[in-house]
Amino acid sequence: MSEPRQHTVLELRYLRTEFGSRERPLIAVDDVSFSVKAGEILGLVGESGSGKSITLRSILGIVRPRGRVGGEILWKGRDLAALDEAALRKVRGREIAMIFQEPMSSLNPLLTVGLQISENLATHTDLDARARKTKAVELLEMVGIPAARNRLGDYPHEFSGGMRQRVMIAIALASNPQLLLADEPTTALDVTIQDQILRLIQSLSRDLGMAVILVTHDMGVVAQTCDRVAVMYGGRLCELGTTTQVIGDARHPYALGLLRSIPRDVAPRTPLYSIPGAPPSLSALPPGCAFTARCPVAGLECGDVRPPLAAVGQHHQVACHRRAEALAHFRQHEAAS
Amino acid sequence: MSALGHTSQRRPNRLLAFLGRAFARPSFVIGFAIIACSILLALCPQVFAPYDPLAFDMTAIQQPPSLAHPFGTDNFGRDVLSRVIWAYRVDMQMALLATIFALTIGVTAGAFVGYYGGIADTIFGRCVDAIITFPFLVLVIAIVAVLGPGLVNMYIAITMVNWVYYARLTRAEIMTQKANDYAAAGRVLGFSDRRIIFRHLLPNAISPVIVYWMTDMALAILLGSSLGYLGLGAQPPAAEWGVLISEGRNFLLTAWWMSLMPGVAIVLTGLGFSLLGDALADLLRAKGR
Repeated sequence: MSEPRQHTVLELRYLRTEFGSRERPLIAVDDVSFSVKAGEILGLVGESGSGKSITLRSILGIVRPRGRVGGEILWKGRDLAALDEAALRKVRGREIAMIFQEPMSSLNPLLTVGLQISENLATHTDLDARARKTKAVELLEMVGIPAARNRLGDYPHEFSGGMRQRVMIAIALASNPQLLLADEPTTALDVTIQDQILRLIQSLSRDLGMAVILVTHDMGVVAQTCDRVAVMYGGRLCELGTTTQVIGDARHPYALGLLRSIPRDVAPRTPLYSIPGAPPSLSALPPGCAFTARCPVAGLECGDVRPPLAAVGQHHQVACHRRAEALAHFRQHEAAS
Repeated sequence: MSALGHTSQRRPNRLLAFLGRAFARPSFVIGFAIIACSILLALCPQVFAPYDPLAFDMTAIQQPPSLAHPFGTDNFGRDVLSRVIWAYRVDMQMALLATIFALTIGVTAGAFVGYYGGIADTIFGRCVDAIITFPFLVLVIAIVAVLGPGLVNMYIAITMVNWVYYARLTRAEIMTQKANDYAAAGRVLGFSDRRIIFRHLLPNAISPVIVYWMTDMALAILLGSSLGYLGLGAQPPAAEWGVLISEGRNFLLTAWWMSLMPGVAIVLTGLGFSLLGDALADLLRAKGR
């Protein structure tokens, strides 16, 4: 799917974000490396607290000043992690845009939608007031808001949740960003609207050649939307590959467990599979693999030695010491059920 | 004015709708009427006052209320009604000037501190604690005593103490608003901090401050007349309600109207601001979320 002729727009190298005191930091994102190509949609999956949202926020530096971002965030030949606030401000909104989970609270309730779009246009483009208005209408039409011209003067509370998320996307697209960071954009929406929004993001990415990083915890969303998938657990990457590879041929026990917990062709009232235990607290991560405590195939070395991301196929990387055991374990269960 | 013509067509409707709901409330109507009349009296007392407030009339000393002098006359034969009306100018000015600077300073400080947090917030917290430890009136009197009596010094003293209350209120509101995604969305869109604070957060945080301001104007009048009564605020022979009450206190048994009438004016104006504040609090609460 992802052809190599497309160029890489963003590359994370050993991204590390920590909070709290320097002596005993809470490491929310630990050595995360991946890259995104133009026109590609990368899914970032994981449970709550696995660091996926913090990864997105670190890219734009909005975890600062409370959080400290380390590693390299390579964007157009610059390292965003090393830029100061003023320089970052020129990148935010103009080159990289972001949309949030809650369309209810992501818009200023006191300003009309038209004003909020044109505010972004005024900040990042040279358009005059007339041109901004025209452009605002165009943007609202592009994201599929009916009778866009008449809705410029409406306030956010006059839009439904799905429509507000469209408005958010329109605001984000106002300055033609080359990368869109979408932080669970459909979690707060019902399924039919979710589908529409995802299709919209997909078509915008294809038509505008815009790269998208889509954070979600919904494997269905990933399968439907993404070209590649990165699975995160406890602030670390555990599996990275194309959607076909990760969904069809997962290798990491966590990814395997996630996929197994999706019910498929089961009779009513069958108990669903769930990964035993709860996600670890950031302050109590083992030095080795973060998943050790809940892993069905964990061995002695797992808790002490950090497994590196190792290639298991073209573009497919997994961080696990016991890949063979994991595969055998889940195959066996698959057969049993 | 707005970049989008469409918006300006709709705004008046919303304002009208708000006013419609406001005037459906008796407390708003009464409060509004009292304050509107007070402002009118403050703007042009010469139109309404039947006599010169400073003119002595030795032929009519301490006359009880009558048709010629509805509020009676004082110990120099000055018409009490005229003096009470002229006092509107000073007291309404106090209501505004003793609060508006405190409001501006407090809201600005509170907004910055609430948005940035950190060390600034800690220092701010200590300052607030230090100021709030003292009883309000005692601290104001102490500052006026240092600066010397007079209206201007009184405004300075009240502002120095009063801004803290606005700052605390604004800080708390900004902190709750900051947690909303639209604040993060503003950062993500590359807006400057100042723009996020003043254009996006503050308008959403301001309504409790406005409500408090209304009540505070009533308190400012009370405080101003207390200081006037004590001789630390407006100075005689200027007509100010506290000064008038103070002048009449020696004649409470023989000429009660000298103190009572300005007292009634204080109560009425204070009531007006309170009713207005109450009504606004209800209206804004009903409107928000």
